[in-house]
Amino acid sequence: MSKFKKKDDKGGPGISTASLPDIVFMLLFFFMVTTVMREVDLKVQISQPEATEVKKLENKALVCYIYIGEPVESNKYGTKERIQLNDAFATPEDIGSYVEEFRASKDEAEVPLITTSLKVDSETEMGIVTEVKQELRMVYALKINYSTRERLDR
Amino acid sequence: MPKRGAPPEINAGSMADIAFLLLVFFLVTTTMDTDLGLARLLPPPILEDVETPPIKERNVFVVLVNANDQLLVEGDLMEIDELREAAKEFIANPANEENLPEKKEKDVPFFGKMMVSKQVISLQNDNGTSYDMYIQVQNELAAAYNELRNEIAMDQFGVSYDALVEAGDKAKVKAVREVYPQRISEAEPKDVGKK
Repeated sequence: MSKFKKKDDKGGPGISTASLPDIVFMLLFFFMVTTVMREVDLKVQISQPEATEVKKLENKALVCYIYIGEPVESNKYGTKERIQLNDAFATPEDIGSYVEEFRASKDEAEVPLITTSLKVDSETEMGIVTEVKQELRMVYALKINYSTRERLDR
Repeated sequence: MPKRGAPPEINAGSMADIAFLLLVFFLVTTTMDTDLGLARLLPPPILEDVETPPIKERNVFVVLVNANDQLLVEGDLMEIDELREAAKEFIANPANEENLPEKKEKDVPFFGKMMVSKQVISLQNDNGTSYDMYIQVQNELAAAYNELRNEIAMDQFGVSYDALVEAGDKAKVKAVREVYPQRISEAEPKDVGKK
């Protein structure tokens, strides 16, 4: 006499999980293809302003980013707005060479299509932004895009 | 000699686990956000002192923003909500008023002879203006143009301007732009670039 009676298998046959890897792989490839790795570590805080008349930024390979905002490590770098190019803080004078460097890395035929995306914190004062714009004009990087979030109301 | 049977089956049960692991990694690192923003074209730099051609005062819509984020439009204080309507009225000048911009007859494809106004919007901001306010002003001005373009595209083609742009109908888009050319001029900053 056994205390534990063997349960008789009454449930139907188990669902085959053999196709589970296939499904997971399908999802995996989808995310692998769509994923875009963040190209830089943000050292400045940016909360973008909102706007309604936004356009999509096309051809991300031809976009040159400039970040402006308060440093994240404000105890180390203070609270004054700073410009970030690539992975380092910069001054407005560095923008010219930064844009030239970006152009040099691209094909010559694509250079006129390069857009400069300004990712600026909404609390920033216009003084620094104007300085950056003046520098961009000097190197004829005239196509710019003020990065904003989309506001859906109104 | 040992007899060779069928090779032992490799257990593929953990394959799902590995795939899940990778899947989770890509799920976490992926950023689906598309970059959105207001596209603008900066004017080329002024190399030497070129005399700017005189523009009649009635053709210029002056928008000033001060360091306290207050708007002064054509000499009057204004709230940001009113800017769009004021700009639309200025750009279109429906009643052909004396103090609003002049119009000139122009041949535009699809539309035939149109009265195109010689409007220019001049935007000047202070160094202390917040970026948020600046974007709001730019946005309202762009919205004014877009609304007018939508209206005229609706009348002429039965579809909005946005739909034309999305459909990539370049000839029609160009025609609409010719009727309402977007002219937002930013004043040369005065105390910037001092060395």
